[in-house]
Amino acid sequence: MGTFRQHSVLPGFNLALGFTLLYLSLMVLIPISAAFVRTAELTLPEFWNVVMTPRVLASYRLTFGASFAAALVNAIFGLLVAWVLVRYHFPGKKLIDALVDLPFALPTAVAGIALTALYAGNGWIGQYLEPLGLKVAFTPAGVFVALTFIGLPFVVRTVQPVLEDLEPELEEAAATLGANRLQTFLRVIFPAIFPAVITGFALAFARAIGEYGSVIFIAGNMPMISEITPLLIITKLEQYDYAGATALAVVMLVISFVLLLIINLLQWWSRSRSSSSV
Amino acid sequence: MTAIALPLPVPSGRVRPIEESAWVRRPLIGLALVFLTLFLFIPLISVFYEALRKGWDVYIAAITEPDAVSAIQLTLTAAAIAVPLNLVFGVAAAWAVAKFEFRGKNLLVTLIDLPFSVSPVVSGLIYVLIFGLQGWLGPWLAEQDIKIIFAVPGIVLATIFVTVPFIARELIPLMQSQGAEEEEAAVVLGANGWQIFFRVTLPNIKWGLLYGVILCNARAMGEFGAVSVVSGHIRGSTNTLPLHVEILYNEYNFAAAFAVASLLALLALVTLALKTIIESKTGEKPETTGIQE
Repeated sequence: MGTFRQHSVLPGFNLALGFTLLYLSLMVLIPISAAFVRTAELTLPEFWNVVMTPRVLASYRLTFGASFAAALVNAIFGLLVAWVLVRYHFPGKKLIDALVDLPFALPTAVAGIALTALYAGNGWIGQYLEPLGLKVAFTPAGVFVALTFIGLPFVVRTVQPVLEDLEPELEEAAATLGANRLQTFLRVIFPAIFPAVITGFALAFARAIGEYGSVIFIAGNMPMISEITPLLIITKLEQYDYAGATALAVVMLVISFVLLLIINLLQWWSRSRSSSSV
Repeated sequence: MTAIALPLPVPSGRVRPIEESAWVRRPLIGLALVFLTLFLFIPLISVFYEALRKGWDVYIAAITEPDAVSAIQLTLTAAAIAVPLNLVFGVAAAWAVAKFEFRGKNLLVTLIDLPFSVSPVVSGLIYVLIFGLQGWLGPWLAEQDIKIIFAVPGIVLATIFVTVPFIARELIPLMQSQGAEEEEAAVVLGANGWQIFFRVTLPNIKWGLLYGVILCNARAMGEFGAVSVVSGHIRGSTNTLPLHVEILYNEYNFAAAFAVASLLALLALVTLALKTIIESKTGEKPETTGIQE
């Protein structure tokens, strides 16, 4: 074990690491492994039959489609909001900057009922959309609205610090060389902040995939149409179909692990890009 | 005569070469504000509007009726257990990760973040698989007459799970950036471990610690999905505030649902206010990714 850790004069390593590993194992790792162990009780064809039925496939399509669309909208508008907050001055900027984190702090159930009330046919926003033939509440569009809300801060908060650290010299050089502002943005600024935008997009997407609280109120939850995968897990659990619920949970866990890996790689890319540009 | 390069005077009213003209700036600001108004401000305002629409009396009645009060108590209890436990964990993890070099450190940091990437529904389900009647320990617990799932302990466990990373992930980068020199100096001067922690480390990390505690608390009190799976929704006994909102809403008791929801919205606003104050004190923005679910 001599090379396990480098020597240090500071005390408490064994106690701190021991407690960390014990707590993490008891609270996180053993519970998560329970899902995999329980699913191993199913044979592969049984597992396949649970996670590939038409109703489940429809829920994947909705969950992934709406999450992707919401993350995309957040990538575009998150970049815009970050740009406006970093580069421009306008009244109320500090307050708005603080409120951007609201979706992180507001319990999802509260967001869910508020958005449902707003987008229902008689709601503040829904009453203007319904005459145009746009039904949002209790349709897949509602899922998209809820996922846009909960993912809103991610791109803003990943892009903002990169934009703040950007050297003005680069832009001055571009201007000196005859580039106009749009060219400077597309050729100088955007390449520098692109990794941060993609990281924010991936974080918003990963968060949206697993989201439950804000969606179930506004979705309408009709099988095959507006039913998300996390809700299907709950439905199976309420029917005492533990094997089915667990199999779906394993699918979601594997997807989250893959996304976590991708996000770690993206953050590493983002960091190496922003440090090499300085 | 040597030529001296003087900065060119910028004529007033002209755009500096690395800024946009007002014709570009104003529409961009306007578009950003329209987006934020639609997706942030209107939803927030509507919570308070709907809560108070039927009048102050209905509002007060909704948040003081016995089921609401017991939901408030359970939410406070769960947070009062989960936050201190995750505080001790966060400090221990940050001490090990930030002050020492050992193999497998990156893996450990990734594992600490794991609960953030797990769907809340799955976070609740895994505890059902262990402690539920069909679960690993279910039959044994039933014999001992101990209830965890559909009871308060299950709610506390699910709350702990979803809030495990908060304090650790605030402290790890902060303590890494501070290094170990001050603590090493304290060792040389003869301080013992606890003296080093309380007199040297803690004063250095107090704002980051507070920041983590506030975010952890907000999530602990607001968690919905994970708690919903393990709660069993027994009114007056296993209902937290967010679950109480759901029950009232599903009963079409919208005024009461929004009244209770407004308490949680206030909690969110207080959280953001404290967060902003701490950021202005420390002059930087710590990581904030993923408070709720």
